[in-house]
Amino acid sequence: MGWPGAGGGHVADSSMTALASGLSVAVNQTGPIPLAAEFVCQPGELLALVGPSGSGKTTLLRTIAGLYRPQHGQVICAGDVWFDAEGERSLSPQHRRVGMVFQDYALFPHLTALENIQVPLRHLSQPQRREQAEQWLAKVRLEGLGKRYPNALSGGQRQRVALARALAREPQVLLLDEPFSAVDQVTRRRLQRELALLRQQIKIPIVLVTHDLEEATALADQICVLHNGVSLQQDSPEALFSRPASPLVARLLDRHNLFEGVVVEVEGQRRLQWGECSLEVAEGLANLPLGEAVAWYLPPSDIVLHRRDRPSQGERENPLAATVSEVVVLGGITSVSLRVGHGDMLRFDIATHAARRNQLTSGAVVNVSLLAAGIHLLPGHRVRADAHDKRK
Amino acid sequence: MDWSALSVSLRLAAFTCLMLIPIAIWLGRSLAYARFRGKGLCEALVALPLVLPPTVLGFYLLLSFGRDAPIGSFWAEMTGSGLNFTFNGILIASLIANLPFAVQPIQRAFEHVPHNLREAAWCSGLSPWQTLLRIELPLVWPGIMSAAALTFAHTLGEFGVILMVGGAIDGETRTLAIAIYDRVQAFDEQGAAQMSALLLLVSFITLGLVYGLAGRRRWARG
Repeated sequence: MGWPGAGGGHVADSSMTALASGLSVAVNQTGPIPLAAEFVCQPGELLALVGPSGSGKTTLLRTIAGLYRPQHGQVICAGDVWFDAEGERSLSPQHRRVGMVFQDYALFPHLTALENIQVPLRHLSQPQRREQAEQWLAKVRLEGLGKRYPNALSGGQRQRVALARALAREPQVLLLDEPFSAVDQVTRRRLQRELALLRQQIKIPIVLVTHDLEEATALADQICVLHNGVSLQQDSPEALFSRPASPLVARLLDRHNLFEGVVVEVEGQRRLQWGECSLEVAEGLANLPLGEAVAWYLPPSDIVLHRRDRPSQGERENPLAATVSEVVVLGGITSVSLRVGHGDMLRFDIATHAARRNQLTSGAVVNVSLLAAGIHLLPGHRVRADAHDKRK
Repeated sequence: MDWSALSVSLRLAAFTCLMLIPIAIWLGRSLAYARFRGKGLCEALVALPLVLPPTVLGFYLLLSFGRDAPIGSFWAEMTGSGLNFTFNGILIASLIANLPFAVQPIQRAFEHVPHNLREAAWCSGLSPWQTLLRIELPLVWPGIMSAAALTFAHTLGEFGVILMVGGAIDGETRTLAIAIYDRVQAFDEQGAAQMSALLLLVSFITLGLVYGLAGRRRWARG
């Protein structure tokens, strides 16, 4: 089955052609739902829109599908302008080739699984339609269940029918609105695996709306963080988790280790003064004026615990002593909070057996290193001011 | 047995159903989906025949069907005949009297169709018309059936409005319900009993058929 117009096999030799075959969305309006979002998604790429509820994720998805018309903006897919507020162009949902999987799947209850999948195939003759629908049913591994009505299918099976119906449209973009929220944990893991496998076969942009960060990290190539309708940052999961653009992004991604320091000079070298420590920073410090207060973030993976029995690598980098304030065992992983001299808390996860071996108990004093390469400066941001923003 | 009265009753009920159901589908759907100022007022207007005494409704219809009233004069201009004491007159009266019985079940049915099913249909490429025919109407079918059953049965039994607007002209406006009343007035208890039993039977069969048909949905949650 081909994916006409979706850019399959098309070699993107520059960013412009890549854009022409992918999906690009830019939306702006002040009300009734405030939006200021921009994101792109290349063919074959999975973009996750994440954010708390009410952050506009679903509205953006509906905008792509043509079910919602914002006041300003553009939706361009595979080089076609689907929506352009200034050019007063807006294709109807029927004329945009989107495959949409709704949050509660929206299967037609009076049609069997097979008939549901046949709905987008109405342009074909009846025998062809049936054959194609059977093929899609097999692709989502539901052979033999075609005659069942949706109410006789389990949650996971319904989700697969919905996915098959969306793909049967041979869409130019696949939209998934919290597709795993209505099923149990075990089914969710299986469906996520299947989606990851399916992705290798379809070369169209896939946009996934989720509030589950773990899900987004596991499935997405790109994550776009949304807050109150505003897209704050789009990046790969790794980049996002190590280099959030602002304290707000870090908080929305459930990142801790967000602090504030002052740019100082120690023995002719730029350092970041944090409480009593002056930290070495690999990048970004040289451009900042002396005396400037700056927010900074450290990924938990860049906090290295010194072993009691023998020294480990990186021990010379920004070593500091801290008191264990909290040890929470979560199965094989232990979450450790350390209180530093001036009161800030460092938080990181280590394997539970490592925590035991190092005798990490509340009140113990340990030594850690903060890796200079991991320290990510957020110039122009103050931790507390942003915290106030968040409360608004 | 007054066969011409039975014929008038059945004709009236059938025409009322045929004409009212499409109107009720449009009106019920609009009321179910639309959000506008004055929606409550519209719903109250539709429901009004439910609570108004039939004689009151009949009285106002009688007034407005007169040749010097706007509706009556318009009708006379279009067709050359009056509305009062004619079959057309009682048909229009019946359409109005049955409005709530037809609209309300259909409106409730449309309200229970999840909004995203329509959107899913659009995203699957179905036009608004195809969505109505293939998705919405099958889903609201039980509502349409009960609207039709209620309208049919209620028209057979309607008395006050018909009598006010139509009088009791044999073969034109005398329905079975009115004929029964006439029989009782004329101390013909046997005739009244026969016709009452017939009306009871016809009403029961109509409702039984319709509810039986509406209940046969394999996909409905049991």
